[in-house]
Amino acid sequence: MPYPESLKKLIEKVVATRPARVERKKNGQEFPPLKLEEREPVLRNFHPDFIEGTRRPIKVGPSKGYSISNEIVDLLDAKSRVNPYLVNLLDPDFETDVLIIGAGGAGTAAALLAAQNGAKVTIATKLRHGDANTMMAEGGIQAADKVGKDSPYYHYLDILGGGHFVNDPELVYTMVQNAPDALRWLEGMGASFSKYEDGKMKTMHGGGTCRKRMHYAADITGAEIMKTIRDEARNHEDMINVIEFSPAVEIALDDQGRCAGAVLYNLETAQYYYVKAKAVILATGGSGRLHIQNFMTTNHYGATADGLVIAYRAGVPISFLHTVQYHPTGVVFPEQAEGILITEKFRGAGANVLNIHGEQFVYEREPRDVEAACIIRECSPDGRGNGVPTPTGKFGVWLDSPMIDMLKGEGTVRKEFPGKHILFRRFGIDISSEPMLIHPTLHYQNGGLDINSKCETNVPGLYAAGEVAGGIHGENRLMGNSLLDVIVFGRIAGTQAAEYIREHGDSGTGNLDHVKHYNKEVEAAEIDEDRIAPMILPDYSNPEVRKKQLTKDYFGTLS
Amino acid sequence: MTEPSETTVDSLVPIFFMGKRYDVPASLTIQKALEYAGYQHIRGCGCRGGVCGACGTVFRTPDSYKLQVGLACQTVVQPGMHLMILPFYPGNRSVFDIEEMKGTGGELAALYPEIFKCIGCNACSQGCPMDIDVMHYMAQAIRGDLEGVAETSFDCIMCGLCASRCPAEEVQFNVAILARRLNARHGIIRAEHLHERVKEIVSGKFEEPLRDLMSKSTEELKELYKSREAEPQMAEEDWTPVDARYV
Repeated sequence: MPYPESLKKLIEKVVATRPARVERKKNGQEFPPLKLEEREPVLRNFHPDFIEGTRRPIKVGPSKGYSISNEIVDLLDAKSRVNPYLVNLLDPDFETDVLIIGAGGAGTAAALLAAQNGAKVTIATKLRHGDANTMMAEGGIQAADKVGKDSPYYHYLDILGGGHFVNDPELVYTMVQNAPDALRWLEGMGASFSKYEDGKMKTMHGGGTCRKRMHYAADITGAEIMKTIRDEARNHEDMINVIEFSPAVEIALDDQGRCAGAVLYNLETAQYYYVKAKAVILATGGSGRLHIQNFMTTNHYGATADGLVIAYRAGVPISFLHTVQYHPTGVVFPEQAEGILITEKFRGAGANVLNIHGEQFVYEREPRDVEAACIIRECSPDGRGNGVPTPTGKFGVWLDSPMIDMLKGEGTVRKEFPGKHILFRRFGIDISSEPMLIHPTLHYQNGGLDINSKCETNVPGLYAAGEVAGGIHGENRLMGNSLLDVIVFGRIAGTQAAEYIREHGDSGTGNLDHVKHYNKEVEAAEIDEDRIAPMILPDYSNPEVRKKQLTKDYFGTLS
Repeated sequence: MTEPSETTVDSLVPIFFMGKRYDVPASLTIQKALEYAGYQHIRGCGCRGGVCGACGTVFRTPDSYKLQVGLACQTVVQPGMHLMILPFYPGNRSVFDIEEMKGTGGELAALYPEIFKCIGCNACSQGCPMDIDVMHYMAQAIRGDLEGVAETSFDCIMCGLCASRCPAEEVQFNVAILARRLNARHGIIRAEHLHERVKEIVSGKFEEPLRDLMSKSTEELKELYKSREAEPQMAEEDWTPVDARYV
């Protein structure tokens, strides 16, 4: 739906201040960024991570006592979905060299590299191949490849600064050093990056970058990358078998504690499969669909932390999960598009963030946590109370996209942001002449499973890559580093898993003893509610309907 | 769990999902309306943001004989609409080795010879929920204009609705991605700076500076972070930093 009269009136204030703001931008006069020491108080007072009562310690498992979001603890302090005593692991339904769980950017990159290194690959995924947050990433992918201007040194420094200097140095080192080669790999497979005539990649700034190193494919960079690598995986069907609509619900271990495959659940026939594997790569992505603190989310339908849960049960510790990333700019109006990501690239291209008076209150390229906290402060009645009210009683601030056309020429918004231009046009809003109304939205799982720079977990033969893993981004990820993360670490995981198999050969007979043990631990911890995990899919069905869903034992299939 | 945006206050309208009537709030998208009706989607639901191609939908409304298309996650319900989500459509795909190819129209035609059977009926374009001029890029493919196909089809989400409508049995979305890949790989000049930078990294150029950074205390790192030189927003591509030690 187009903007109602009440909002159109407020947009007039944005229009009124725009010429002066554009002029300042052209002259290089930016709204002053917060100093390092000024960030802390804003975060402490307004970032959702710091709200009391939203976290609690985990009661069981390898990171027992670690205090993280309630919604994630709900899944860790929970029993298995399947009765571990009933699954027959002696007679595998599938056998493979490498089992990859998750078919997004990291899983697909891992599959290509494992296959290239001679391993037979099976990818198991909850939804379709490519149904992942990678597909939805918009703005870009970082790599310090502009010779004479940028280097992995500055990329490293930016990542540390954005992550509050607590990132795992080896992981950051690995990512920045492998970034240019990751880009070259994607370019070589025929991903269409935006380029100059001479073949040079176009790059721009993101929040917290000191050099323009964000490469992009218009405003659908993740989709372009995902479509390309998925297409390439389909060129290797002899080596890469994809099992769709079959999420993993448990990891299997052998009697020496090595990873020996996983139990899958066929969402359509409701049967459980055992896939025996010599090595397993977890690439299940993040957890936005847990709606932490009831936030709307930019995430894919399948982002429910499944991989985190099953690896944790298998003994892999977690870290950096005490911080969650809220993307500063999610759609807050129109309601039908609520939560949808508005890429940071708009701010990278110069769009200001404005309050109800049409005034700037924050530098538009702060790191994400700082930017989000400043926006919440502006909207919150406990803060400055300068938010723009929506017709449904929420608050947002303006993202002034039309000034991009004034800075970079008529038609830039339509050309550089075709995805968002179409999205808003469907609702009767032209973002090259009208600003967007936005609010922070749940976006990224900063932490996850502990891995080293070879993507190894502490379980032999179990690897993790992408959003499910933690440490690379510290306490806050910068824009353009998650697409990079999935490609760099996906490739490493695939290569390393193939090498592990060459060295160690077959795993032993799989068992679920650790699951039996974990279930007992949950019982012993006297956790009141009868919870099971992983969640697999969020349930948005009508609660009134659910009250009447009284079937206790299903016959036939569930769908 | 309810998605925070769910609303139950507005008026209910009838929709017919595969022929079966449900009364749903008038402001919801098709996707959310079905959830309101009690469905938990398995197929036909992906990114919920209009980019993944999982929820291509065909529908008819009472006021028109025309078959209409949209994405279930993006299209608001209309009173009396009859709809079906088409989460999958079979499509042939040719296997190729991009390294061995040269990026010509002839190569594309050899892999998808059926493109010449296109009868130009335009049903594909009318059936595209992304408003892509599919017929136009098929014509470009026939002409061997891979760059044209790449540009025209760039927003394709590979939902398969074009193929579902095609009387010539084309698989347009696979033709399009092949053309995009060939064009990006062989039609456009490679980024020389990537190659150069990879060589520098392999030669160990940044090893020492990085290892040095990694050994620094948080306080030292903070100082370096604060004093790092920023490329101005409006700087041209040929901007260079004053401190060129590490670049």
